[in-house]
Amino acid sequence: MTMTTQTMTAAPAAPPEVRWTDVCGYADLLPERGACAMVDGVQVAVFRAFDGRLYAVSNLDPFSGAHVMSRGILGTRAGAPTVASPMYKQVFDLRTGVCLDEPDVALPTFPIRRSAAGDRVEVGLTDGHRE
Amino acid sequence: MHVVVVGHGPAGHRLVAALRAGDAAGALRITVVGEEARPAYDRVALTSYLTEGADLGLPGHGAEVEVVAGDPVTAVDRAGRAVRTAAGRVIGYDALVLATGSAPFVPPVPGRDLPGAFVYRTVDDLDAIRAACERAGAGAGGVVVGGGLLGLEAARALQGLGLETRVVEVAPWLMPRQLDEGGGAMLRRRIEELGLAVHAGTPLAALEAGADGALARVALADGSVLPAAVAVFSAGVRPRDELARGCGLAVGERGGIVVDDGCRTADEAVFAIGECALVGGRVHGLVAPCFSMAEVVADALLARVSGGAGGARFEAPDSSTKLKLMGVDVASFGDPFADADPAGGALGVTYTDPVAGVYKRLVVSDDARTLLGGVLVGDASAYPALRARVGAALPGTPEQALFGDVEAADGELPDATVICSCNNVAAGRIRAAVRDEGLADLAAVKGCTRAGTTCGSCVPLVKKLVDAELTAAGVEVSRALCEHFEHSRAELFDIVRVRGITTFTRLIEEHGRGRGCDICKPVVASILASLGHGHVLDGEQAALQDTNDHFLANIQRNGTYSVVPRIPGGEITPERLIVIGEVARDFGLYTKITGGQRIDLFGARVEQLPEIWRRLVEAGFESGHAYGKSLRTVKSCVGSTWCRYGVQDSVAMAIRLELRYRGLRSPHKLKAAVSGCARECAEAQGKDFGVIATEKGWNLYLAGNGGMRPRHADLFAADLTEEELVRYIDRFLMFYIRTADRLQRTASWLEGLDGGIGYLREVVVDDRLGLCAELDAAMERHVAGYSDEWRDTLEDPGKLARFVSFVNAPGTPDPSIVFESERDQIKPVLVAGSRLEVAAR
Ligand SMILES: Cc1cc2nc3c(=O)[nH]c(=O)nc-3n(C[C@H](O)[C@H](O)[C@H](O)COP(=O)(O)OP(=O)(O)OC[C@H]3O[C@@H](n4cnc5c(N)ncnc54)[C@H](O)[C@@H]3O)c2cc1C
Ligand code: SF4
Repeated sequence: MTMTTQTMTAAPAAPPEVRWTDVCGYADLLPERGACAMVDGVQVAVFRAFDGRLYAVSNLDPFSGAHVMSRGILGTRAGAPTVASPMYKQVFDLRTGVCLDEPDVALPTFPIRRSAAGDRVEVGLTDGHRE
Repeated sequence: MHVVVVGHGPAGHRLVAALRAGDAAGALRITVVGEEARPAYDRVALTSYLTEGADLGLPGHGAEVEVVAGDPVTAVDRAGRAVRTAAGRVIGYDALVLATGSAPFVPPVPGRDLPGAFVYRTVDDLDAIRAACERAGAGAGGVVVGGGLLGLEAARALQGLGLETRVVEVAPWLMPRQLDEGGGAMLRRRIEELGLAVHAGTPLAALEAGADGALARVALADGSVLPAAVAVFSAGVRPRDELARGCGLAVGERGGIVVDDGCRTADEAVFAIGECALVGGRVHGLVAPCFSMAEVVADALLARVSGGAGGARFEAPDSSTKLKLMGVDVASFGDPFADADPAGGALGVTYTDPVAGVYKRLVVSDDARTLLGGVLVGDASAYPALRARVGAALPGTPEQALFGDVEAADGELPDATVICSCNNVAAGRIRAAVRDEGLADLAAVKGCTRAGTTCGSCVPLVKKLVDAELTAAGVEVSRALCEHFEHSRAELFDIVRVRGITTFTRLIEEHGRGRGCDICKPVVASILASLGHGHVLDGEQAALQDTNDHFLANIQRNGTYSVVPRIPGGEITPERLIVIGEVARDFGLYTKITGGQRIDLFGARVEQLPEIWRRLVEAGFESGHAYGKSLRTVKSCVGSTWCRYGVQDSVAMAIRLELRYRGLRSPHKLKAAVSGCARECAEAQGKDFGVIATEKGWNLYLAGNGGMRPRHADLFAADLTEEELVRYIDRFLMFYIRTADRLQRTASWLEGLDGGIGYLREVVVDDRLGLCAELDAAMERHVAGYSDEWRDTLEDPGKLARFVSFVNAPGTPDPSIVFESERDQIKPVLVAGSRLEVAAR
């Protein structure tokens, strides 16, 4: 099995172990677009949806093997917030990372939040996400 | 059982193909013996071999079939059931099928054998004609003897080879077998406008040699003398029945092997099919009946091995024809001469528009209710609907049928009505394909029934039948773009345009649901851009763009991007070439020349794009839009400036067009080309719009395509001035942008357009929809509003902000991007898994 399939099975751990890292200002994120943050050696794609909500998933597109998820188009499918891979266009649920076109593939997801003052964005990492 | 087929033309080929398809068990042994040096090819398309170098080869039959080429059969021994060939082969048979076709008729005039006189039937004939035209040189005289379908086709080809061409027809008007006098006269006017001279009503007197012994002149009976280095006889054909005569089989008074409606001769082991056969007292000179005969004999022979019924019978075909001669529509259907006999009681209704060059005539029964036949010249858009109604009641008055489109109310068409006459497919067969076989779209029905796959003129009607049947079956013919919009792209375009909507948010709130997706967002982005609503990276629009448009570069498999500066017309100075080379070297990019005559630089990381472009823009380059669904390139040949054959400056024209349409956002990418003469070195006929220079101006070809589904472009208009050319392209593009589906190239758009190129011509040239002023204005807005996206981006810190590898470490290169070296350039190393590995799980 490839590395891809291993990352797919690694579901995010429960919040207690989370270490939060400041990645950017909230205003740096364009609505309905993503950006990539390097967090402790891990490429995390962070997104700001149209309703202001934040999502974080792995930047590694499991289908192409390229680190490009942050450049995908955001949208909805049957109400679920989604991102489409810019490479081969598979659509992923931003909340769970599950690929809606091939449900046995999933992107790792990460905890994400706005700072206490609201102006910064922070991503949480657990040790399980070291690559 | 051993089947021997003599003659490998379209009829012989279809027979063998049908036998192979029906004989899964391999019970038949098949041998085909052909006289020509090459196996069967598509004779109907012969002219395209000359004008475009088309490959005419028909599919091979597989190793089981023995094909003997270049060795004619010279005798048939019916008693011994064997044929003998010129090379001395003796081949025994259980069943013999003669498919020897016909030979051109050459009238017995003095000088008919002079060097320079040709017939027009085989690839070899055409090779010889081409060589003679090249020897004669551009501007030499050419004469075509015969003003029928084929003669006019040959005349066009000679003209394309650079000859001053004249057509000589003994009858008083052109195409006397299909057209009445009025139609012939209108056709003549249209053809003369295209630069061909016509001499009708005058018999040929002699072909005369010059001092060198080769053809120099053609003399007519009325005393006129036409200069001619090349003459082509196209004065009808005679069936090749010599083998039948030689073995005592009956032939008709005027030739043709006598067969019954099962295509059998008096000898039950011998059949004849195709143009050599006289069936029902007639010889058939079109390919459709030849195919039908082949199918009839295949059915009979397969029945002999399988014990089936084998009852297929040849039915006299519909002799309707529609063709495009040099861009002029010509069609005749049913019996266009039914009113010639005043006692017959049929009526002719005629409409002539000398300005538009349109002639239409319908022949109806004396109560004006039943359509008997007709002729259309200059506008054949009503042809499919009218042809399908021959013998049936007209929906309204004949006048309405002449003017209003006779939208054949498909439900009313009887099942027995033949829709595709090339392949003899009736309405009932098409309906059954949808209803009983569950086929759900036009392409599937075409593939299964063969309807619409030969000349294509019936495709609009086939599509209507298919849609009607689907609707009847309760299948929703959904046009919804995606789950967020119920509308097709064309409908969204109109909503955006008419309501003046300028943001996606407003559009989806008022007309859609949810928040969009990677399908509808780029579509709306493109519509907004086509309508001139600001920079593609402005405000909310930025969020709609595909990654390519978002970064104004093309994403490649390892997540890096490629960069393509615009090189209009493919013309570039040495200084600029050096700049591209220096940029590529300094940033370590892989370089490759593209098919569109420019240079692609690969391997740029996101954060490098602005630096790369700053250097390119400084040197005067601008975005090539290789990333957008928009105009890519207008390729050109070197044209009259340098090329000794060129007749116009194709490079200047290509540059003009490329600069005019650069940046125009469209449903899919657009490619174009300009060639400096008919030799077509720029391959313009494979492009969305292609321009070919003529002595008198420019020919415009539309809706060609390369790629996955190649399509030859259609000639839209000939000998245009520069201004006409630009105006027609403007309108064509804007009409396409308004009405096409998402990701629909112009080729499939045109194929799906009801009425096809004829209708498009009405919209663009005759302004049938009253749209032209709007289309022109839209293009003017585009041209005036153009600015280079990369220059704009470099000047705007807000837009530049997105070109970073990591928001929290903007200058750090993505460590996952790694290159190795191959042939002295970089090549991506794929670090993680690939698509294939995932798919293999
Ligand atoms: C330029 C051109 C354009 C045309 N356009 C159209 C069109 O638009 N629509 C349409 O319907 N039709 C068109 N036709 C007519 C169409 O091509 C013919 O109807 C069709 O080719 C007839 O097929 P066939 O197999 O019967 O005969 P052919 O095509 O003539 O084939 C017969 C073959 O048998 C070979 N042969 C003859 N005698 C022997 C022998 N003794 N031994 C071995 N081999 C032998 C010949 O060399 C030839 O190759 C066109 C024809 C031409 C020339
Ligand atoms: S198409 Fe262009 S390059 Fe080719 S022969 Fe004509 S002018 Fe010359």
